[in-house]
Amino acid sequence: MTFKTPFVALALALAALAAAPVRAQGTLKVMTTTEDLASIAREVGGALVAVDSMARGFQDPHYVEPKPSFILKLMKADLLVAVGRELEIGWLPPLVTQSRNAKIQAGGPGYLDASLQAQILEVPTGAITRAMGDVHPQGNPHYWLDPENGKRIAAAIAGKLSELRPNDRATFQAQLADFDARLDAGLKRWAAAMAPYQGTKIVTYHRSFPNFAERFGLEIVGYVEPRPGIPPTPQHTLDLINEMKRQGIKLILVEPYFDLKTPNAIARETGAQVLVMPPSVGGVEEAADYFKLFDYDVALVADAIRKSGAK
Amino acid sequence: MRPAPIVRAAMVAAVMLAASNAAFAQVPDASPQELRDAIDQLRRELDARLSALEARLAAVEGEPSPGAAPAPSAAAVPGAKVFNPDIAVIGNFLGAAGRNDVDPAPPLELREAEASLQAIVDPYARADFFLAFGGEGVEIEEGVLTLTALPAGLLGKVGRMKAAFGKVNTLHTHMLPWADRPLVIDNLVGGEEGIADAGLSVAKLLPNPWFFLEATGQVFRGDAGDGLFASSRRRDLLYVGHLRGYRDLSDSANVDLGVSFAQGHNPAGVVDDADVGRFETRLYGIDATVRWRPLARAIYRSFLGRSEIVWSRRGQFGGEQRAAGFYVSGDYQFARRWFAGVRAGRSARASDAARRDQEAAGTVTFWPSEFSQVRGEYRRIGWADAPASHEVLVQFLFAIGAHGAHPF
Ligand SMILES: [Zn+2]
Repeated sequence: MTFKTPFVALALALAALAAAPVRAQGTLKVMTTTEDLASIAREVGGALVAVDSMARGFQDPHYVEPKPSFILKLMKADLLVAVGRELEIGWLPPLVTQSRNAKIQAGGPGYLDASLQAQILEVPTGAITRAMGDVHPQGNPHYWLDPENGKRIAAAIAGKLSELRPNDRATFQAQLADFDARLDAGLKRWAAAMAPYQGTKIVTYHRSFPNFAERFGLEIVGYVEPRPGIPPTPQHTLDLINEMKRQGIKLILVEPYFDLKTPNAIARETGAQVLVMPPSVGGVEEAADYFKLFDYDVALVADAIRKSGAK
Repeated sequence: MRPAPIVRAAMVAAVMLAASNAAFAQVPDASPQELRDAIDQLRRELDARLSALEARLAAVEGEPSPGAAPAPSAAAVPGAKVFNPDIAVIGNFLGAAGRNDVDPAPPLELREAEASLQAIVDPYARADFFLAFGGEGVEIEEGVLTLTALPAGLLGKVGRMKAAFGKVNTLHTHMLPWADRPLVIDNLVGGEEGIADAGLSVAKLLPNPWFFLEATGQVFRGDAGDGLFASSRRRDLLYVGHLRGYRDLSDSANVDLGVSFAQGHNPAGVVDDADVGRFETRLYGIDATVRWRPLARAIYRSFLGRSEIVWSRRGQFGGEQRAAGFYVSGDYQFARRWFAGVRAGRSARASDAARRDQEAAGTVTFWPSEFSQVRGEYRRIGWADAPASHEVLVQFLFAIGAHGAHPF
């Protein structure tokens, strides 16, 4: 009894000491490369995270200026979430190198490549060369435009957050489950809206929409870009116009950061409609989060097909 | 190679053991119905745990779990190739025509082939090698270890590197918006070779609520810039300091300001291989850059305006030479693959400050793709002591190999 009390006190003090660092930790600072990842991280992290994105949704995510102001944000980040598949290869590596943050270096405990569990399309088989343009050797990096991949990204982020804050694992898992449930409900809604238009053939500017097309039953027949990252050439545009006329294609999807001159010219020749379709959260004001992105895009495409009678 | 069957068997055993312990603890004296329920419950738990464990095992083995993507192609690279550094080669082909009596370049020349080898070393560092193959053989342009995991907001570099003096000195030839270098760089900052030397560098971010502020301190062996700095004793070190301030003015515009300092020994006092003069050179520099790039049209329109002013204090027989020079330039991107630029400047000569040269240049650059560019430049130089030169330069830059990062 005489030495038991101090012993218990000591044990309690040690336990408190061990627990203190965990309890003293504030919100996790999460930096993402794109607004899509930021939106999903906010859903999964809730009040336990503060999230910021480097690229804006109306910006071409292949070409982001590696501004020193991003270094300041990365320096303080607990977690960096990247799209991966070399989408950010032209701008993220120098920022990470200069971040003075060992945690978020590639492979570090605070670095997450969100693509690792996702379903990736257009993974090249066989030899690839730059004669094919700026191809992504690890597959198409615009994979977030499938809500099923949204769930996989969310699960990866929840897993990473739980690693960083084991005490809050239950909260992250609950928020993940809630996100998944709402996304499933959304998926039903979006699939229903697109159901009448299965198999509609479309043309897109860049290869940003293969996951969206596959999920919602659209068939991408051609691209305004002759090759990834190569601007339109007259010959390619002519070939595309002929192909669109032959197949009766009435829709051209263009990412908000591309010039509309060539798509409009193609539309005039073919009677097709040009839709400026955001591939990312924040691409237009209405696409304010990951759910609203699909609300907006699905409504945009479904309305256009219905009105044009393309199907 | 595949431990799967053993691991899987061990997992099943472990799960059953855990489950049976739980079952015994829960049902010491239960009714048959309760027992049946408990067994059903157990079976469900067992199934759930098994599938969870199998999913984890699959992840560990690198098998895609149902619905997951094929592994990234990097993982498919056999054996040690995964750890090969990123390799790229950049060719710089230069053609020159017109009159230049002072410093004529050959009419056609593969000016440089730069090979880069870059990789992460370990959790604490990355390494970047740039080997330049030119007319004078192979030279290590840079070979740097960058320490990315230092405490206190420090970024360390060890190796041979370009000194943090101003802007142009830090850039590789293929990243410049011109086919040549500004006159002030040729006259005062070591020309094409620039200030690049073996040394140590530490850069610290100075956090403040207003802007990005970075202070860099560097110590070099002391031989750099083709006669700009030369050490004749081990303690004749070259010191370089740089302070950089950066601020976003808006989403599309920003301003970048820097002040630089360099001090080291020069070769002016060397007579018959003995450094009898022991002279020093000090350089002071100011650089300013404004950038504009509207985010939503970032791939079509941009502007970069830049100026550097350099003051040189060079000790030599007959007294210190105080020379100064500057350039100012603007580059406008007017289409996705087209840029046009102008540059003007003047500079005294480091060892003869009374002689002042001046230049004016205009460039047009076309990028067939991200990996090649063609540039035409017209340049007029008014030499202090020779007839003015009028030249047309044509440059082809082409890159193969790993996708490099874009300069900023
Ligand atoms: Zn792309």
